[in-house]
Amino acid sequence: MKINSLPPQPVKQPEAPVCETKLRTENINLFYGKFQALRGVNMEITPCSITAIIGPSGCGKSSLLRLFNRLNDLIPNARVEGKIELDGVNIYERTIDVVELRKRVGMVFQKPNPFPMSIYDNIVFGPKQHGNNNHAELDKIVEKVLRQAALWDEVKDKLQQSALNLSGGQQQRLCIARVLSVEPEVILMDEPCSALDPIATLKIEELMRSLAENYTIVIVTHNMQQAARVSDMAAFMMMAPDRAGELVEYDETSHIFTNPKDKRTEDYITGRFG
Amino acid sequence: MKIKKFGEKIPQSLFFIIALSALSVLALITVFILIEGVPLISKVGVFKFLFGMKWAPSLGQYGIFPMIVGTVFVTTGAIILGVPIALCCSIFLAEFAPKKISNLVRPAIQLLAGIPSVVYGFWGLIFIVPFIRNYMGGPGLSILAGSIILAIMILPTIISISEVSILALPPLLKEGAFALGATHWQTIRGVLLPAAKSGILASIILGIGRAVGETMAVIMVLGNAVALPKSILDPARTLTTNIGIEMGYASGEHQQALFATGIVLLVIIMILNASAQYAIRRK
Repeated sequence: MKINSLPPQPVKQPEAPVCETKLRTENINLFYGKFQALRGVNMEITPCSITAIIGPSGCGKSSLLRLFNRLNDLIPNARVEGKIELDGVNIYERTIDVVELRKRVGMVFQKPNPFPMSIYDNIVFGPKQHGNNNHAELDKIVEKVLRQAALWDEVKDKLQQSALNLSGGQQQRLCIARVLSVEPEVILMDEPCSALDPIATLKIEELMRSLAENYTIVIVTHNMQQAARVSDMAAFMMMAPDRAGELVEYDETSHIFTNPKDKRTEDYITGRFG
Repeated sequence: MKIKKFGEKIPQSLFFIIALSALSVLALITVFILIEGVPLISKVGVFKFLFGMKWAPSLGQYGIFPMIVGTVFVTTGAIILGVPIALCCSIFLAEFAPKKISNLVRPAIQLLAGIPSVVYGFWGLIFIVPFIRNYMGGPGLSILAGSIILAIMILPTIISISEVSILALPPLLKEGAFALGATHWQTIRGVLLPAAKSGILASIILGIGRAVGETMAVIMVLGNAVALPKSILDPARTLTTNIGIEMGYASGEHQQALFATGIVLLVIIMILNASAQYAIRRK
């Protein structure tokens, strides 16, 4: 199932994983005001793997993803119960520096969201905010991450042009490059291909496979084939009758798609609903 | 079929005519000012009228350069004093203020726009002018006093338009910056403000337009002397106050000269509004 056709990329040496679990959620409940959006989610994500979260619309996939970098903090009235551990440390502890957390856990969004500035400035935005102002180093970072994102050859002659002039697929790869520029450990992807055409989608998927050698990737996707093609592990979520999202089944992708244990998972992946 | 179409046509043309009447008022006023003012400008000479140093209607001398300088100084002062406050306020309202506070501050700022300008002028005359006279020297009636009053008066314009242009940005921009580990302030400075810059620029230009056009409040605190000001503590006269002060007793050529001043004002305001439109559209 794995696609790994990309030429070898200049890779950074992966740091030896501290523990076998990169991300772990323990009994996560998420509330928006009185409405419960997630209930009792438990999952463990291993380092340097791709985990796909699938399920019908509104089942809380994106909400779960946005808990991992605490982007849900931006939503007023959002309240989290339970634990989410990154390398064994609960990221919802009071002492956690959210800015530092988001540096370690990057995110790619559903719609490409390049900043309205040049391609170059988009990439160096992150490193600059974290105190890197050395031009030679920034130049190096730009080339490195654009190569990693398989975008370098297409944009190397127009780095100073506005990022908004790129095509949708290029913009999305730029956003991935931008995330890589701050050297995160985990990359969250919220339906990164839903706004892209099939060719751009394929490129992003290849990119994800090559990135998985060094990064832990969690992807939310509506596209079942995409989950099957790209992920190592898959999590199937569904809405309970009270509309709270629950994790129905979490297993290796091949098991989920060929031999699901839960009837609901089977119904969903065979297209009987959703 | 035909009747239906006819029924559509009536409101269409009715609204068109009424809309046109608003436009025709603008056209009428413009034409009137031009008819009254242009003969004098051509008689005096454009250059002499714009750059003449002496304004003495009784002697037939019409040079408005001191007033152009006065307008530029007072407006520049208002921008220097008002824009930083306005921008900080709009950023605070758009990004930092909890809902409870912004719901309180926003209408208060709108209220600033509703205070009649004569009240601003009166307040300036009673508080600001004596303050400047006592603590900084000069007659008190001065460019500085005018700038302070105008700075306050342009706040609502700049604050509300800037705030709207920041709030109108897609939330994805902010989330994208946050997701890179940027702090809130880094996000505002590095992403949101650059993205909203055209709207912010437009708000400042419209603020300038408001400052250039303001008359009553400025008459009351500016001293209105027709001379080139040497410092910000000197009195001065602006283009608008020139008309406001002398229109009561002007006649003949003198009156035409005031209309000619109006032409200059009209051109300045038109340029400012056009550049604001340009800034908004450029995105």
